[in-house]
Amino acid sequence: MSLLHFAAFSPFLLATIVPFLYKYFRKIHTGWFVLPLPILLFTYFIQFIHTVSSGKAYGQSFGWIPSLNIDIHFYIDGLSLLFALLITGIGSLVVLYSIYYLAKEKEALHSFYVYLLLFMGAMLGVVLSDNVIVLYTFWELTSLSSFLLIGYWYQREKSRYGAQKSMLITVFGGLAMLGGFVLLYVMTGTFSIREIIQSTGAIASHELVIPALTLILLGAFTKSAQFPFHIWLPDAMEAPTPVSAYLHSATMVKAGIYLLARLSPIFADTSVWFITVSAVGIITLFWGSFSAVKQTDLKGILAFSTISQLGLIMSLIGVGSAALHYEFLEDNIYVVAITAAVFHLINHATFKGSLFMVVGIVDHETGTRDIRKLGGLMNFMPITFTLAIIGCFSMAGLPPFNGFLSKEMFFTGMVNVTKMDIYNMETWGVLFPALAWIASVFTFVYSMIIVFKTFTGRYQPEKLEKKPHEAPIGMLVPPIILASLVIIFGLFPNLLAHSIIEPAMASIMPSLLTAGEKYYVHISFWHGWTPELFMTIGVIGLGILLFLTVQKWSKLYGFFPQKLTLNSFYDKGLSAADKGSNTFMRLVMTGFIRDYLVIIFAFLILLVLGTLWVKDAFIVDFSNVASIGVYEIILVLVIILAALMTVLSKSRLTAIISLGIVGYSVALFFVLFRAPDLALTQLVIETISTALFLLCFYHLPELQKRSKKLTFRLTNFLISLGVGLVVTLVALSSHSAKLFDSITQYFVDKSYTEAGGKNIVNVILVDFRGFDTLFEITVLGIAAFGIYAMIKLRLTEKGE
Amino acid sequence: MEIVMSIVAGILFMAATYLMLSRSLLRIIIGTGLLSHGAHLLLLTMGGLKRGAAPLLGEKASSYTDALPQALILTAIVISFGVTSFLLVLAYRAYQELGTDDMDKLRGNENHE
Repeated sequence: MSLLHFAAFSPFLLATIVPFLYKYFRKIHTGWFVLPLPILLFTYFIQFIHTVSSGKAYGQSFGWIPSLNIDIHFYIDGLSLLFALLITGIGSLVVLYSIYYLAKEKEALHSFYVYLLLFMGAMLGVVLSDNVIVLYTFWELTSLSSFLLIGYWYQREKSRYGAQKSMLITVFGGLAMLGGFVLLYVMTGTFSIREIIQSTGAIASHELVIPALTLILLGAFTKSAQFPFHIWLPDAMEAPTPVSAYLHSATMVKAGIYLLARLSPIFADTSVWFITVSAVGIITLFWGSFSAVKQTDLKGILAFSTISQLGLIMSLIGVGSAALHYEFLEDNIYVVAITAAVFHLINHATFKGSLFMVVGIVDHETGTRDIRKLGGLMNFMPITFTLAIIGCFSMAGLPPFNGFLSKEMFFTGMVNVTKMDIYNMETWGVLFPALAWIASVFTFVYSMIIVFKTFTGRYQPEKLEKKPHEAPIGMLVPPIILASLVIIFGLFPNLLAHSIIEPAMASIMPSLLTAGEKYYVHISFWHGWTPELFMTIGVIGLGILLFLTVQKWSKLYGFFPQKLTLNSFYDKGLSAADKGSNTFMRLVMTGFIRDYLVIIFAFLILLVLGTLWVKDAFIVDFSNVASIGVYEIILVLVIILAALMTVLSKSRLTAIISLGIVGYSVALFFVLFRAPDLALTQLVIETISTALFLLCFYHLPELQKRSKKLTFRLTNFLISLGVGLVVTLVALSSHSAKLFDSITQYFVDKSYTEAGGKNIVNVILVDFRGFDTLFEITVLGIAAFGIYAMIKLRLTEKGE
Repeated sequence: MEIVMSIVAGILFMAATYLMLSRSLLRIIIGTGLLSHGAHLLLLTMGGLKRGAAPLLGEKASSYTDALPQALILTAIVISFGVTSFLLVLAYRAYQELGTDDMDKLRGNENHE
């Protein structure tokens, strides 16, 4: 157990203490006890920057299940460090924000911070794990803690709906991902990601590579809310705003991106990877930004905006994988896509985190998040307004904020797609920059909507629940820190370039580097009159035009039929699954014994006849049969007649007597076939059974005494015919295909010499196979006790 | 003979199945009785028929019928007797408590599912 392990597990340890702190220190907001931990972790992780930027990685292993090759191996390279810093850094800010956001009198704070810490620890585990099984464990823990956080206000129906939806979708993806990991293990024989990367060559030619890739992509796409699995994210907005800011903008939704970036070295060689990741990313980008404009809830806009920005990062990772196909190019133009992805990942976390906090402040101070009710808040909340401008302008991609830089690089990456000569990219590759450009226009529009519909325009006090005023300073500090980062990273992007971005790129694309070599990233504001610059100018121009006329054209959204939305498909699918299984169960589980018997017998007939047919097993051998005598013929006729009588008789008495006749005939068969003990037993037992049957018959209630003819049912007849046929066929075939002789000769030889008895059957029963007899006695004993208890115990009559 | 006995067992099974599919509890139990007769006869038939004297060493015969199936059948007879008598008393108690032996009426109501 190293310090690194202790650091990664410390949130779990603190989570166990939080309820006690909540209970015994009621006067202090529990968040203050939580706050030091993420700050401490953040400073702890900061010190790794030096190690990582010099191209080294730091790792510590701790055995968990060594016999299955599963050990908790945590290691820090550029990519994990980037994510660990995001998780702990934004985690600290979110905890600080939540202290002011959640009132300590009204809320169940202990649950909140336990879930939040659980999530933080799980997320650190995801990004630090080298072992895929450990990674999966933490992955599901993030799903679980996210479920708990979304349903934090469990009294609300919408919270429960959102929590269930996110749980179903992310766990579906998580399980698919586990399947993918197992396939990776099958291909490589190891669970360690770094060892899997070593054997990339063997994987690329393996037949399981496509299934493994598909399953893992499912996991990443569901977690990162990619099209069409994005539908859970808008419903997850029912969570408290600190949770939305932390989980659903900065950290958890990026777990899928982390996974793809981490596994890029393994799969990026295949064309499926390139096409799926980049196409799904760009579609998500477009669809998210397109849908964001029509939202009226501020958090709804931000949710779709998150979806779209995640799609942007995803498409960049996909496009960046093309770099592997052009290794020979000196000036590798596709690497820039990965740079853009990593850079935008950081930028998005900063501005989206601050925007969620801003929206939370607006909600907190006015009582609503509906943009139709809001307006003119600029004069009441000047600081919040400034923060919103910084965040939204950065999101829209305006200079001098960091969003501008990453958007420029994003356009560069997308324009480069058209220059590819693989996978037919030269023809339909032009779709990428086109979709990216349109999506950016919509991004611009909704960013402007957030700022201007909320803070400018007419102030409508009559629609607001509270009189708006500026938020307390503690609530403003976290978004101020994030917004200043937005500006700092915007003005001095190269602060990040060498410390964070280059090592992260080295872990995403290790194969392009020779030993000791490093990526060189230099981000500059001005790179001449490039096509990207004109694209940005076009985005701003058209964006302003669309924003000013948004009232006129937003009616277009109304034309899209509500029935065709993905949400309604999800809801209908869920209720159809529910109804379908109910209908099926009602159809099959009727409660009538006859129906169950029909099913059981029908399966028996089908299975046995089918097997006989398929295996061609039906043979009749007449050579090895005993002769037939007159007695036997008579008895056979008697028994058949009696059996038919039981079935056809109109009264029960006849049926019982016919059953007796069958029993005595069987006893006579035992006589004929030289089985004296059997004949004796059979005669006695048949007598007692018949007496018992008559007893039952005698005790029938009056009403039921009228004997009625059996309802003749054709199915009953066919099924019973089938059963009889099956038994006869199996008996005939097995008798004709006897493989070896009986072991009876042993009993004949030994029953006198070894056991001292001459009646072989009895010697077998009590000597050679005495255990059978012991337990058959037990059966009789139990039956006797059971009958006694049934007759004597009358619980209901005594009033229970 | 074995072929004829196989057919007899088949007919017994057929009658038993038909009775078990009916609505009256008593008939179902009669069906189980027929089913066990069929099974016992089948056991005996599969061991081979009429191949020597009864399995008593005092007979001093050169060959005896197979004693093992007979021991198995004896066990089976006793067990099926135990089960049948239990079932019969169960049916008798069901008549007493519920006043019906119609399996369709013994289905339970919606709340019991």
